[in-house]
Amino acid sequence: MALAGRTAAWWALLRSPGPAAAPLLLWAGLPAAGGRCYSSHGKEKLDMSTYPVESIRNFSIIAHVDHGKSTLADRLLEITGTISKTDRNKQVLDKLQVERERGITVKAQSASLFYNHEGTNYLLNLIDTPGHVDFSYEVSRSLSACQGVILVVDANEGIQAQTVANFYLAFEAQLSIIPVINKIDLKNADPERVEKQIEKLFDIPTDECIRISAKQGTNVEKVLQKVIEKIPPPQCNTADPLKALVFDSTFDHYRGVVANVALFGGEIAKGNKIVSAYTKKRYEVSEVGILTPNEQPTHKLYAGQVGYLIAGMKEVTEAQIGDTLFLYKQPVEPLPGFKSAKPMVFAGMYPVDQTEYNNLKSALERLTLNDSSVTVHRDSSLALGAGWRLGFLGLLHMEVFNQRLEQEYNMSVILTAPTVPYKAVLSSAKLIKEYGKDEITIINPAQFPDKLSVSEYLEPTVLGTIVTPHEYIGKIIALCQGRRAVQKDMLYIDENRVMLKYLFPLNEIVLDFYDALKSLSSGYASFDYEDAGYQAADLIKMDILLNGNPVEELSTIIHNDKAHAAGKLLCERLKEAIPRQLFEIAIQAAVGKKIIARETLKAYRKNVVAKCYGGDITRRMKLLKRQAESKKLMRKIGNVEVPRDAFIRVLKRETDK
Amino acid sequence: QSLCPQWPYCRKRCSYCNFNTYVVPAVDEAAVRDCLVREARTLLRLSQVHRWVHEGLMAGYGAHQCPLATPHPLPHSITSVFFGGGTPSLASPRTIAAVLDAVAGAAHLPARAEVTLEANPSSTDTSRLTGFRAAGVNRLSIGVQVRGALPPQPCSPLRPHGHPLPPQSLDDAELRLLGREHTAAEAREAVEAARGLFPGRTSIDLMFGLPGQSRDAWAQGLEAALGLCDDHISLYQLTLERGTALAAQVRGGTLPSPPQDLLADMYQTARAVLVAAGFRHYEISNFARKGALSNHNLSYWRADQYIGVGPGAHGRFVPQGEGSCSREARVQTLEPVAWMREVQSQGHGTRSRVVLSPLEQLEELLTLGLRTDEGVTHERWGQFSPQLSLQAVFGVPGEARALQEQGWLLLDGSGLRCTWAGLAVLDSLLPDLLCQLQRH
Repeated sequence: MALAGRTAAWWALLRSPGPAAAPLLLWAGLPAAGGRCYSSHGKEKLDMSTYPVESIRNFSIIAHVDHGKSTLADRLLEITGTISKTDRNKQVLDKLQVERERGITVKAQSASLFYNHEGTNYLLNLIDTPGHVDFSYEVSRSLSACQGVILVVDANEGIQAQTVANFYLAFEAQLSIIPVINKIDLKNADPERVEKQIEKLFDIPTDECIRISAKQGTNVEKVLQKVIEKIPPPQCNTADPLKALVFDSTFDHYRGVVANVALFGGEIAKGNKIVSAYTKKRYEVSEVGILTPNEQPTHKLYAGQVGYLIAGMKEVTEAQIGDTLFLYKQPVEPLPGFKSAKPMVFAGMYPVDQTEYNNLKSALERLTLNDSSVTVHRDSSLALGAGWRLGFLGLLHMEVFNQRLEQEYNMSVILTAPTVPYKAVLSSAKLIKEYGKDEITIINPAQFPDKLSVSEYLEPTVLGTIVTPHEYIGKIIALCQGRRAVQKDMLYIDENRVMLKYLFPLNEIVLDFYDALKSLSSGYASFDYEDAGYQAADLIKMDILLNGNPVEELSTIIHNDKAHAAGKLLCERLKEAIPRQLFEIAIQAAVGKKIIARETLKAYRKNVVAKCYGGDITRRMKLLKRQAESKKLMRKIGNVEVPRDAFIRVLKRETDK
Repeated sequence: QSLCPQWPYCRKRCSYCNFNTYVVPAVDEAAVRDCLVREARTLLRLSQVHRWVHEGLMAGYGAHQCPLATPHPLPHSITSVFFGGGTPSLASPRTIAAVLDAVAGAAHLPARAEVTLEANPSSTDTSRLTGFRAAGVNRLSIGVQVRGALPPQPCSPLRPHGHPLPPQSLDDAELRLLGREHTAAEAREAVEAARGLFPGRTSIDLMFGLPGQSRDAWAQGLEAALGLCDDHISLYQLTLERGTALAAQVRGGTLPSPPQDLLADMYQTARAVLVAAGFRHYEISNFARKGALSNHNLSYWRADQYIGVGPGAHGRFVPQGEGSCSREARVQTLEPVAWMREVQSQGHGTRSRVVLSPLEQLEELLTLGLRTDEGVTHERWGQFSPQLSLQAVFGVPGEARALQEQGWLLLDGSGLRCTWAGLAVLDSLLPDLLCQLQRH
């Protein structure tokens, strides 16, 4: 029942137009509304042996955000009959509410498509990838299960920063690349220009590009044919021993871990005993199948195929992404695996009310099961109580995670100012002894060691790629210089588009660089970045004080040159975010004992409703009681009362105005 | 116990008003009068214990009735009547008389009971006022308005060099801004006529914080009002209520909204000026000299019982007539035609009645009582909360003590009250006090 219920739930989610508003569990147990509903009960299992390696193609679609990746995936699913054709197929593979609301893909998904081409039945495994720079590690992970990619470029916008980054990921993985120019139905489409850009930057002949409109379905069949013709089948053999790469995993409340696997050799079926090369633990396979994109059980999976398996793994950590699975007593050489995702942004997370600690803990545990890229460390603070320090891939990732906590688990939390992982080279013998090493990573401003015990501070850097129409170059260069960036490269990709490369300190781009770039280029410039190691930096810790008491949420590590401006800005914004009170409030930014900025919030001299007779009192009492209630939820710093959302609002707003 | 009959009609809607008022071409006054009379009788009967209860006729209604601890003086005394609205001075003296007769018939209305009529300067010529006095009205509250908003007109009698202003400086431009239908001259005449007929018992309303009003203009207006007024002044800061014409203009940017600090200055200026002129600042918005306090409103701020009669009227009383001993919050049907239909069919137009919990009653007592200079006395508190004293709730460590230390509140032998400074920021004190109260 549970299994059928869950599948029905997914079906319902897939079929619901617009954002899926209901949490998954709400649907569990409801009968499916008819139509295609796969379940492991009572349904004929597919025989996958009819798809030998030669008729299999494993591929991804890669693209800059909004260039039409998910729409193309929808069309491919429709053409191959994987999903029925309706107007409501919008981002079918984006299953999370937050993905549909924001129009971004956060989590890679896969789907197996069946397609007859020139009399041969082909099995095409499409692995969808996220489109935002924060999630690029997911892209490289997905590519490891593929032999080729469809590189989608918008016919209007042309090559963008992420197009470049994704191209190189695919190129370095030696995958076949099928360039596709999408949105040719748009009024300002200029496919010729885009073809030339592709030729210049990627060295792909112009005649290899396929011009399509995924929205209208134009030439989409051609893409499928090219996939079959150009992408080689996987190089592997069913006769070999089992060798399965775990390239993703999800957690299911009823069945435990569902691992997405690509078979590089052998075959696998229910009842097989398998071993994880990473943990050496042994499991018995209880179900295998393919994703269409719902889970559809099969008798077996064979070499070259992509699907899922369930084998009694209770925790996501048991299905380590990049792990290799093999048959018990038939060990194989493990596949290379992946670097684990590296958190770029850290923030403290605390329950609004300490009595909510355990609920938040369990919500975090469940959410990180399906998002293993979030790192979680327990943390506590005098002011905020017990909580955690979380590491995210970027600010969007942090927002998405927070939004999922709210939407899927109904949790509201206090988030502290995000910080990047700084390092300090220690000079104090005492500290070196305490830490057991002379270089430490600082992910919490509260742990920032004093200058006196440090020989050097280090900050993380990234190599950023910006693609922009040339008229914005002046402004963009000024923006980058303001962010302490060093130019590394500048290249015209056609007559009016430029690609810039800059080395940035990570903390300068993490909060709002992307927004600033978008707003000064009217949305035309695009941005992507990759890790570029550490560099020495003159760092200090800046505190924000309210009437002399530090606000822990707002402590930040910052470059010395930026402290004055940042401190002033924070004080000004806090002045707007904190309501007037009965006493004057000094809002100060301080480095050590030195005050570097100050704003004063004046006291109320009068705050009373003038007229209060007969009719007013009921309404008046309601208002007063609401105020009394909200007082209980206020964060108290000294005797200053601050609304819970004030700090987040202060941190969120754009700085480059 | 007091009674507040509502006359819901106005001749014109003021630009700042969001009260339950109606502007209709013709009022069927006889019908409205009959309904006011009938509802007053019904509710008065409901609010008091009748002789026959004691005689045991209701014994069959069971033991759930509250014990009658003290024998009530029967029938109840109505200590004050306040005709509000709307514009009750638009009603004829005959209607006022009919309601007062009904009160006297259903309850005891002592000769010294305070009977106030809210009046509008354009409907208060001497002959009407004489009529109201003959009907039983003995106190008048007049809504005038003083100069201050908008720059002085070229013909304005404003004199340079700080010469004292002539008393006719009630300002027509300002009255137009507020949508009042009377002129400054009419307002002046009305106050003078009222003082002649109700000496020592005429109150005027003043408003400050009008869009565009300057500090100096307000101070001058205040001086002018002092030259005109009797012994009671109500002082209101204009609040921009949602849905009013004035609020829409301010939101739309055609009128400026006065800054908070300026409003604070105006309020403090007025307090200082009025106190210097011998007035007692006895409630946040009310000033009186020679003991001319509004007894009706004072009993409201002391959380005494009051009965609302008429469309949209609010009341707070214990319907002892039906054997209850719980204080209720009551609201009469808003819309006059619907209200009349209900009164005609069932004797009253009570639209909602909610029993107030002991905590809610204390919350109201605190919210209202702290508006006055006497605050909430131990005695008054004890009537609502015989078990838990004022001292036990607010004399212990907590918000109230912190507010005392900061100089906003006082808790002493007479009770809990605001300091001079605290009175001006009461709305910032109340949420804290309610939090502390709720913990008990």
